Amino acid sequence: MLENAFEFVMATPLLLALIKILIIFGVLSGIVAYLVYMERKVLAFMQARLGPMRVGPWGLLQPVADGLKLLLKEDIIPAGADEWLFLLAPAISVFAAFTVFAVIPFAGNFYVTDINIGLLFILAISSLGIYGIILGGWASNSHYPLLGALRSSAQLVSYEVAGGMALVGVLLLSGSLSMVDIVERQSGAGVWYVFLQPVAFLIYVIAAVAETNRNPFDLPEAESELTAGFHTEYSGFRFALYFMAEYTNMVVVSCIAVTLFLGGWLRPFASVSALDFLKFAPIVAFLGAAIFIVWLGLKSLVTLERYFFVVLAAACVGLAVLVAYPAILNAIQGVFWFSAKVLVFLYAFIWYRATFPRYRYDQLMSIGWRVMIPLALANLIVTAVLRYFWLAHHAATAVAVLGRQ
Amino acid sequence: MQETTFLDANELVINMGPQHPATHGVLRVKLKLDGERVLGTECIIGYLHRGVEKIAENRTYAQFAPYVDRMDYVAAVTNGMGYVEAVEKLLGVEIPPRAQYTRMILAELQRIASHLLWLGTHALDIGAMTPVFYTFREREEVLKIFEEYCGARLTTHAFRIGGLQYDLYDGFERDVKKFCDYFPPKVDEYEQLLTKNRIWIDRTRKIGVITAEDAIALGVTGPVLRGSGVKWDIRKAQPYEAYDKVEFDVPVGEHGDTYDRYVVRMAEMRQSIRIIRQCVERIAPGPIFGKVGKVLKPPAGEVYHSIEAPKGELGYYVVSDGTVNPYRVRVRPPSLINLQALDIMSRDHLVADIVAIIGTLDIVLGEVDR
Repeated sequence: MLENAFEFVMATPLLLALIKILIIFGVLSGIVAYLVYMERKVLAFMQARLGPMRVGPWGLLQPVADGLKLLLKEDIIPAGADEWLFLLAPAISVFAAFTVFAVIPFAGNFYVTDINIGLLFILAISSLGIYGIILGGWASNSHYPLLGALRSSAQLVSYEVAGGMALVGVLLLSGSLSMVDIVERQSGAGVWYVFLQPVAFLIYVIAAVAETNRNPFDLPEAESELTAGFHTEYSGFRFALYFMAEYTNMVVVSCIAVTLFLGGWLRPFASVSALDFLKFAPIVAFLGAAIFIVWLGLKSLVTLERYFFVVLAAACVGLAVLVAYPAILNAIQGVFWFSAKVLVFLYAFIWYRATFPRYRYDQLMSIGWRVMIPLALANLIVTAVLRYFWLAHHAATAVAVLGRQ
Repeated sequence: MQETTFLDANELVINMGPQHPATHGVLRVKLKLDGERVLGTECIIGYLHRGVEKIAENRTYAQFAPYVDRMDYVAAVTNGMGYVEAVEKLLGVEIPPRAQYTRMILAELQRIASHLLWLGTHALDIGAMTPVFYTFREREEVLKIFEEYCGARLTTHAFRIGGLQYDLYDGFERDVKKFCDYFPPKVDEYEQLLTKNRIWIDRTRKIGVITAEDAIALGVTGPVLRGSGVKWDIRKAQPYEAYDKVEFDVPVGEHGDTYDRYVVRMAEMRQSIRIIRQCVERIAPGPIFGKVGKVLKPPAGEVYHSIEAPKGELGYYVVSDGTVNPYRVRVRPPSLINLQALDIMSRDHLVADIVAIIGTLDIVLGEVDR
């Protein structure tokens, strides 16, 4: 019976895709919620404070409390607002952010779909997300949101171009727009593209920070200048949607960077067999998590919390034992390395926020147009020329080899 | 300054405040904008007006002293110091050295606390989120000393006319010395975050420039004036308490921009530590009260006394008609007068710079409105 159902699902692509979408959407929503928690905790530790501590042990239930609170709040529509656009705008932002995940390969065999224009699709859809911000700011019919919306459109124009051109450098190397292909080419070449395209990588990271409206480029929502920027007039669940879109976008740009530059689901130095022991990293990670949780539990003074930490640590040990089975260990390799790399990126995002002041709007534009775009163009041209000669060289060798035969 | 807008579009008038995260209280700035470019600013004040000067006329000299703490509530000690000194001048009282050095130590600690608050909020306005938590951590240490000394942290009412209400508690010197050792490395830490930070420099260099002439013409004082290169510090120019007996430098800037004012204030914090160290060395046992009667009845006459508050020249003009109540008390608040420079400073800047400029002026609305 069960096997029949399994076969039916595998044989029905639509159903299979639907199930994958459900899994990815569910897991991502949870990740985004806990990304907010992670941001608050990491920021707090960098700023000599504790962060959320009240809701649940070490504030672990804070995202749930926040979500519930926002859901239960009144959904205010300002009197002068363009009602339809006002209601629609946050939905656009979230829609665009989540749709991108359709083509992101979390592992060699785990993705919703692999289309041959994958990267183009991502760029197109994530650019749509900005409409949510512009329309939201415009429809609010209020000064600060309007300024925020205008800032974001200017920002998008400047940084989409530079970021896009940086990605073209990778395309020249991979020769394919399919996200799966790009990772497999890196595997075949035996080197991540970040080592071949370091300039493009840096440009993309900077552009990514700007595109997600994160510090130091968080101008559209600079709270000390524009109160809250484009979402000043939003409340309750619609505000939560914008919030979710921002954090989802962080995950999106991190995923793109990991896929294109850092070898996607490949483990570090996949071609060096001497480093094969790295495949046991998931076990170590879960055991490390268990030790960390025990350490936290020892510091806790509340008995109930101690029990909670014990259960959590036991769960981590259980997971470590579970992934120690060779079959499972091999199965989760891709997802593990992919998530680990994405996590490093997300941490960096939070780190920037704790470190940098905010750029001014015109400075942001001048960096975009005077530094980033020329640099991206130069990188593109150099890559293209090198690539041409490399191809020509290979073609010549191939002809020579064939001629000899 | 250009008067017309780009493409002759309508200018946008935005009310920044009275409730706005970056106006440091209830300042309301009417901004005339062309896109993000500022065409003009107009400050509307008075949201925190409490009629402090009028209240003085119905209180005795001693009763009025706590009220002045509530003007610049982040620098209550210096506020109180200015007032009690003005009345002492009117009475012609000499106060003993122990009281003088105690006042100086507390006043310089207050300067550090005030500058710390300025640094944190200024950096927060410019988008650097972290310094505010660090500066509040150190400010807390100062407030702890205040609390130990007089029981209050914010509106301390630390001094009395004629001397001090309380003698120093046991371990005061130890606490202050500990703070003097603890604090300078923390200033290095802030500087590490900001001073050579490329974004910080971009955001503050050439922003809110005011020339020395303009600053003097407007009556701007304090770090804002010194940032423009004018070496004017009341502690040096008209020494009060025992400031003529301690060594310290008056840091000045060159360009009169926001960055220079930042550098000046950071240097001032180090100088304050230097002053405190000398005062702690010199503090000796002795009386803490000068010769004042139980009922304060200054002879008819008037006096103007000013001190170097953290924000600039804080002056008190006190008129006595020979009764127990002052006939008139007029305050010269540094914040209000420094705020007048906002319009000159913000010409042809962008909205984001307005926030930086309000921050660099270091105003406290309690003092602006009184």
